[in-house]
Amino acid sequence: MKHLLSIEDLSYEEALSILDTAHEMARVSDGPVKKLPTLRGRTIVNLFLEDSTRTRISFEAAAKRLSADVINFAAKGSSVSKGESLKDTAQTLQAMGTDAVIIRHSASGSAHWLAHSPWMNGSVINAGDGTHEHPTQALLDAFTIRKHLCGGAGDLGGMNVGIVGDVLHSRVARSNVLLLSKLGANVVLIAPPTLLPVGVESWPATVSYDFNREIPKLDALMMLRVQQERMNDYFFPTSREYAQYFGLNRDRLTLLKQNSIIMHPGPMNRGLEITAECADSARSVIVEQVKNGVSVRMAVLYLLLAGSSEIASAVNAEVNA
Amino acid sequence: MSIAMPAVDISRAITRISHEILERNGGSDSITLLGIPTRGAHLAKRIASQIAQIEGREVPVGTLDITLHRDDLRMRPPRGLAPTLIPTQGIEGRDVILIDDVFYSGRTIRAALDALGEIGRPRTVQLAVLVDRGHRELPIRADFVGKNLPTSRLQSVKVHLSELDGIDEVLLEEEAVISQ
Amino acid sequence: MSAYLISGGTLADNTQKDILIVDEVISEIATKVVSASAASAVVIDARDCIVLPGLVDLHTHLREPGREDSETVASGSRAAARGGFTAVSAMANTFPVADTAGVVEQVYRLGQATGLCDVFPIGAVTQGLLGKQLAELGAMASSAARVRVFSDDGNCVSDAMVMRRALEYVKQFSGVIAQHAQDPTLTVDAQMNEGVISSRLGLKGWPAVAEEAIIARDILLADHVQSRLHICHLTTAGGVEIVRWAKARGINVTAEVTPHHLLLTDDLATSYDPVFKVNPPLRTLKDVMALREGLADGTIDIVATDHAPHPTESKECEWQSAAFGMIGLESALSVVQQTMVDSSLMTWEQVVDRMSVAPARIGGYSNQGQGIRVGAAANITIVNSKKKWRVDKDLVASRSRNTPFHGMELPGVVICTMLRGKITFDGQMRAVNG
Repeated sequence: MKHLLSIEDLSYEEALSILDTAHEMARVSDGPVKKLPTLRGRTIVNLFLEDSTRTRISFEAAAKRLSADVINFAAKGSSVSKGESLKDTAQTLQAMGTDAVIIRHSASGSAHWLAHSPWMNGSVINAGDGTHEHPTQALLDAFTIRKHLCGGAGDLGGMNVGIVGDVLHSRVARSNVLLLSKLGANVVLIAPPTLLPVGVESWPATVSYDFNREIPKLDALMMLRVQQERMNDYFFPTSREYAQYFGLNRDRLTLLKQNSIIMHPGPMNRGLEITAECADSARSVIVEQVKNGVSVRMAVLYLLLAGSSEIASAVNAEVNA
Repeated sequence: MSIAMPAVDISRAITRISHEILERNGGSDSITLLGIPTRGAHLAKRIASQIAQIEGREVPVGTLDITLHRDDLRMRPPRGLAPTLIPTQGIEGRDVILIDDVFYSGRTIRAALDALGEIGRPRTVQLAVLVDRGHRELPIRADFVGKNLPTSRLQSVKVHLSELDGIDEVLLEEEAVISQ
Repeated sequence: MSAYLISGGTLADNTQKDILIVDEVISEIATKVVSASAASAVVIDARDCIVLPGLVDLHTHLREPGREDSETVASGSRAAARGGFTAVSAMANTFPVADTAGVVEQVYRLGQATGLCDVFPIGAVTQGLLGKQLAELGAMASSAARVRVFSDDGNCVSDAMVMRRALEYVKQFSGVIAQHAQDPTLTVDAQMNEGVISSRLGLKGWPAVAEEAIIARDILLADHVQSRLHICHLTTAGGVEIVRWAKARGINVTAEVTPHHLLLTDDLATSYDPVFKVNPPLRTLKDVMALREGLADGTIDIVATDHAPHPTESKECEWQSAAFGMIGLESALSVVQQTMVDSSLMTWEQVVDRMSVAPARIGGYSNQGQGIRVGAAANITIVNSKKKWRVDKDLVASRSRNTPFHGMELPGVVICTMLRGKITFDGQMRAVNG
């Protein structure tokens, strides 16, 4: 594995190995000394061309716990906001001797594009590209489900996971559908038809418009953020109507099975897709998702970067000769 | 390829090391055994059960994965992580016996010392190995050695344990020449 | 007097004939040419080749004036000649827009000065392509450029009333409105065909219905006002069905398909390589098959390239930021041979109709598309249909390199192109000039 661009590229075994590695990484995060020398001397660039403080901080924490040097490159105030092309940015990062680029970008496919461009040799990690994918979010979600419902090991065989809300614009939903189904879970997408993409029937998931009917079956319930501005694009009539049919509230909470968990990738619109009492309820693992994010990202950085140097390639070439 | 230690030698070495550990530490009260995965972990369990037989009570035994502390990570493909299981007493103030199968450059043990340092501060750290094949690259020595095995760098030492390999034996192999 | 004798070639009807060209016209076609001029004629060896009338493109972006960094009338004409074209139609979306007699005359004169193919300017339907106010259609029609085809291509004339008026107005000089069928409200920020692939890639969808709805509406409008409508770059199976229906009803509509829509499908977007980003977008295999069938049965009248050059920087970026469009003049005939002729869907005679006769008729280009017959203007394309070539973006005559066919091996090598008896492309020179 050189890059992490999409869940689509990941095999079942690779996905499991990331989760297993993350399990060990979590131990480090729980220990008194939260730092490992593993990636000492490696340079990692956080190339965040779209605002996302939480994901950036999570990657930064992960990289620092593995002793990598982290350079933050944000859109605001950078040359990118002045019209510099991604190509020039890539060449600049390459010239600075970057081992890995973690990219967040508003354009779908930008991580893929960067990884396959001739201007970058390092690893590329997709931290969210447009409405395409957000693979580390899906991995941390799978990790969280596994920890709570599957004894912290193996795959997610037989789990019923509901993903509710704006699937159409959600990279989190895309990555999760692919990963959770790859790991054996049954995924149901619950949304108004306007917020489901044309072609969704080809996804490894079922579709439902009836939230109340689905809730009692679910082991994990994943609420997606709904952007208020979608209302102006005719996706739904009013936010009140949306919350009424697809929001998680006290009444729906009572329909949920005993041990089921509530998840949200954040940031939440409290009162729209989820009420405060649901977000803060005992079932909610939303804060824990954030914590697991660091472990999963440590695992990804370790698996992509340990042994990725030119020396390693040379040694491998020699061994395979 | 030759057999450097047959099963009976391995068994004898484990018994001897167990006695030496008890002797050195004046009994089993203060000791915690930590095996380095993969085979060191199994050796640690065997030593722990030997000690239990001798002393008539269990000693704390666990595992310590050192992968993330290795200094050669850049030069090898990434390897999977094995679990680190620290006994509930922890290692604070304990006499920790690190246990590994083959003692070679010393880099694994250096990494293990780093890994230990992040978990706590033992009173002492001692090292028990089944085979010492020499060629140290760091100023590290073993406290308990099953067998000193003189080797050349071109040879490789393979330890087989019945838990994993179905047989107990230590093999000395001539390394295949890499280039044609 | 200049004379050429094209010797040993096969005509589209599969007969082997020699063709004698004297000055600007075809003077004799025979198994063995007897005319005295043949003795002094320069002989062009056309054995193993098919001799076609010069190809006519009804949809070309030459980018001049305004975007000479991507193409000029001269470089586009070179690309056209290389691809076997003797006439191209320069789209109006230049800077400034070709919405006045002045701009269309300038483009026309640049074409004449270059002299490698006829350049027929297409006039904008509305001022600035903005879809609000009709451009001076009459002034362009009566200018030196004698514009008959009007199009806001790149934009759709989406307002139904503006479209109706345009269709009506051009009747006075037998003009035609070439519509870029794309409902703008259904395609805001659209990036690729809406379907299974777009749902996976997270790229905003450009639904087939956005094209089909406009086609249907405009066909009904054209019928209502009894005018002539041409549908640019048809891409969907549904669109083919609607045009087939309209033709069966006797409505005066013609339609075109591009070579790239005859060959490529939307799954190419999975590479996120913007060279495959085009408007209208690449569709599914089902659409491609329907387009081929429609072209073969005459529902689709012509092949037009929609040659759309873009500078490197407009394609060397994220998909979302990249420009729409592909170049296609130099590969058009080869793609048509591969998809239509080599697959036995069409004969070479039908290729002549779809790529020369019919486009000239729709555009009103009376000196083009006359076929290979005695007395016709000597517009000729000689192609070795048995040879293959590998498309190389670095070896194109166009100023731009955005060909989606880069690296593909295609059949049919143009050996020679001739405009009114003058050689505009000599395949032998290809080796010398690279």
